[in-house]
Amino acid sequence: MQVTLGWLDYLILATYFAFVLGIGWMLKRYVKGSTDFFLSGRSIPAWVTGLAFISANLGAQEVIGMAASGAQYGIMTSHFYWVGAIPAMVFLAVFMMPFYYGSKARSVPEYLKLRFDEKTRGFNAISFAVMTVFSSGISMHVFAKLLGTLLGWDYLACIVLSAVIVLVYILLGGLTSAIYNEVLQFFMIVLGFFPLVFLALKDAGGWSALKDKLVPVATSQGFAPGTWSESWTHMGSTIANPMGVEWFGLVMGLGFVLSFGYWCTDFLVVQRAMAANSMSAARRTPIIAAIPKMLFPALVILPGMIAIAMHHAGGGNFLPVGKDGTPDYNMTMPTLLAKYFPTGILGIGFTALMASFMSGMAGNVTAFNTVWTYDIYQSYLAPNKSDTHYLWMGRMATVFGILLSVGCAYLASQYNNIMEMLQLVFSFVNAPLFATFLLGMFWRRATGHGAFFGLLGGTLGAVLFHGLARPENAGPIIQWADAIKGGWITQHFTFHSGMGQNFYMAAVAWTTCFVLTILISLATSRAKTDKELVGLVYSLTPKQKSEGEPWYKQPVTVGLIVLAVTALLNIIFW
Amino acid sequence: MNFDLRFPIGIMFSLYGLVLVIFGLASDKAIYERSLGININLVWGLVLLAFGVWMFWLARAAAKNQSGRK
Repeated sequence: MQVTLGWLDYLILATYFAFVLGIGWMLKRYVKGSTDFFLSGRSIPAWVTGLAFISANLGAQEVIGMAASGAQYGIMTSHFYWVGAIPAMVFLAVFMMPFYYGSKARSVPEYLKLRFDEKTRGFNAISFAVMTVFSSGISMHVFAKLLGTLLGWDYLACIVLSAVIVLVYILLGGLTSAIYNEVLQFFMIVLGFFPLVFLALKDAGGWSALKDKLVPVATSQGFAPGTWSESWTHMGSTIANPMGVEWFGLVMGLGFVLSFGYWCTDFLVVQRAMAANSMSAARRTPIIAAIPKMLFPALVILPGMIAIAMHHAGGGNFLPVGKDGTPDYNMTMPTLLAKYFPTGILGIGFTALMASFMSGMAGNVTAFNTVWTYDIYQSYLAPNKSDTHYLWMGRMATVFGILLSVGCAYLASQYNNIMEMLQLVFSFVNAPLFATFLLGMFWRRATGHGAFFGLLGGTLGAVLFHGLARPENAGPIIQWADAIKGGWITQHFTFHSGMGQNFYMAAVAWTTCFVLTILISLATSRAKTDKELVGLVYSLTPKQKSEGEPWYKQPVTVGLIVLAVTALLNIIFW
Repeated sequence: MNFDLRFPIGIMFSLYGLVLVIFGLASDKAIYERSLGININLVWGLVLLAFGVWMFWLARAAAKNQSGRK
């Protein structure tokens, strides 16, 4: 499939690049020291950090991937939002931000250093740094490939263009520049995709006509008629829905372990909240982010559902079809753009896609340069240098981080298996993380040894479980590359889908880490006194008071409203 | 920080809105066949323009308020 952009579309895209770079240039004069570069001098208002928080997560993989899942699984994909994001975001705001922000830690790994010890921080900092570089490289690769098939653009040219733009504006304005541009990107994405959803839904005949059109999509694959338009009804067993997951695995694996592990501990998003100008603003950041997040399914999942309905209704020629006859789900969003947008607004929609890609990349880069400079370079390689030196290092790390990502993108284009392998390794490391933070923040008895070996044990638990479990559709292991799907020790557990296997693996890793951390902590003596843990542990920290603020500025009040609305959305689309 | 993000957001979306409205008025109706006969450039251009102007107006009001307090 090919799309042709007109001169006006290119003009719109170029204007956007000019504004993005212009914002970086305007912010240049505010970067005086390393705190300005890495933490925005803790000076940004809550509405800005809030929208940046959600935008940093709204990378191209999210936009393209969620539309693809919307087509592949239907409205069930909303679980990634209403179960797998909102509760964790509210928890972060209400319970965890006071420690991240109040401890004056400059990064999430640094919090671990203050709360536990050096080795726990090192483990987290190094795995996080490697992970961000690789994920930014992978998303770069996916995007360049997409632009190649769509517009016939040169692979390398796409990568270099986007990398240079992100590089320049971060070098100029640091984190502030990334955050401000993420907000611009947020509006671009919302205002660019909204008319697309409107036109597509109108073409499908509205919501109830869409539901009717989704019936044959479900029945032709052997599912109950409402499977694509009801989010919970078919979660009773793994064989009743296309995800191959049942409600318990979903709630435990995705809703608890993976979701809290990502939203509450991933520095990529938490960094945005840490840049807020006050404790109250820092706590409101994830809540402000949760409000658009709650409504995003309409923007990114609904288009996928419409596309698959039209695909079936139109005799299978709406989406591009692969060799084996299944539609190429990843082309959902681009197909819709090409189908409904004439030149002019096509430029807006296309720029929105480009914006989502750059915001995800900038998020990774700013998180990487901070963790590298503060948690690795300053801690282990070159302590006690001047602030100017660390600012210089941060800029260097930005350049190297982007170069490494470009290298990873190239690697991904050459060896597909290596990337899958790496993503698997990251999932091993990430799965137990939330147990460590939970115990660290709410149990003062948790020790550094407990945290470190608990994390290690949780990671090993994930590896072991992976070696014992395999999805039933994965086929036998013939060569080493087949082992990526699991079951390489012996196939003891069989899952209906890779997603179900992943959810249970996360739950196992979390539980292992949780239990091990408690046991080892009880067996080892505390290295930190109660006094040292003030501001780091719940029971030793004075409670946050927000009574003087109006209700819409109180994290607990607004958090409860957000949770209630999310529950309502679940019920409406049950 | 003395830099209101709403200024660039307002200017950018006003520009986009203006360009789309002008293009929407001038363009051949035939290109709107794919957008179900709706002149989406004109319609959405107006929305973007309204959003841009509103953002700009908010930033202006905040700036005036601040200098008034000084």
